[in-house]
Amino acid sequence: MDGKATLQFWRFAVDKNKKFLISGFVVSLFLAGVVSFYASSNPDGLEKVANDIGFIATAEEHTYADGALADYGVKGIENERASVGVAGVIGVIGTAVVGGLLFKFLVRKPKKTIKQ
Amino acid sequence: MHIPDGFIDVQTSAIFAGLAAAGVAASLKGARSQLDEKSAPLAGLTAVFIFAVQMLNFPVVAGTSGHLIGAALAAVLVGPWAATLALTVVLVMQAFLFADGGLTALGLSTFNMSIIAVWVGYAIFLLVKKILPRGKPSIVIAAAIGALLSVPAAALGFTLQYAMGANATFSVSTVLGAMVGTHVLIGIGEALITGLTVSAVLASRSDLVYGWKGNATVLEIRRG
Repeated sequence: MDGKATLQFWRFAVDKNKKFLISGFVVSLFLAGVVSFYASSNPDGLEKVANDIGFIATAEEHTYADGALADYGVKGIENERASVGVAGVIGVIGTAVVGGLLFKFLVRKPKKTIKQ
Repeated sequence: MHIPDGFIDVQTSAIFAGLAAAGVAASLKGARSQLDEKSAPLAGLTAVFIFAVQMLNFPVVAGTSGHLIGAALAAVLVGPWAATLALTVVLVMQAFLFADGGLTALGLSTFNMSIIAVWVGYAIFLLVKKILPRGKPSIVIAAAIGALLSVPAAALGFTLQYAMGANATFSVSTVLGAMVGTHVLIGIGEALITGLTVSAVLASRSDLVYGWKGNATVLEIRRG
């Protein structure tokens, strides 16, 4: 198959919505798995304000501060790029499973309401 | 703006946990009647995309970073009810898996980002959309302005919580000024990312954009 025929096949094989979902998922995987390494590591707005004013002192350690994925890194992976990347991929897949199931369950009903 | 445990006392955290739970319960009901089998997976994808983009802290001013909240973005893409649920899923994943945002503070953060930011962002989106002429560029601009203001709105939510039950004694007005000032700047990044994302989805699949549907249904022929 040449490129055009492949494209044609792709169009028939995967319906438009599925294609959109897959594209969005792949983009998310790329952002969380690859681009995240380049994110700024400066404190975020609230943390900075808390630091500047001083109420950061009241912060308690997170319950799961020693968790396997704490602070978007995988415990045991030394390479920082890989560590944050794998954590990101796990987060994307986990969010897809939890979010996907929630919304799927939510609309599963015998009678469909009329679409607005 | 993920609040760690300890900033706000337990009583105030409990009040906001209750408010957040009520908001999520209302959103479950609202989303159930608004979503259908076609749009439900998009709400899931919105949660996934927001999780990913929330990892991407961008520099704001010296020594400060910000990241997308995604509340206005989600409200425009899948509607405010589903947006609250998508944001809540993200916050729960972050708190339990990634130790990002305290567990007793989860209600506080959920209230600020899943409820305040969603509804302020959505209300401003609707308002700006009404003022501007019909068309896709207007949707993008309205979404960006909603996003811009949703961030300081969430910061105001935190300031309210601080005023009600901070474990520190620094003045509320100091916190108010610093929180709003910083988060207006972060809001600019929020507006850019939201505008870019909404325009990308509008360009490829405008039929999937909740905030565009009101405009498009007049012109579209419903099939099936």
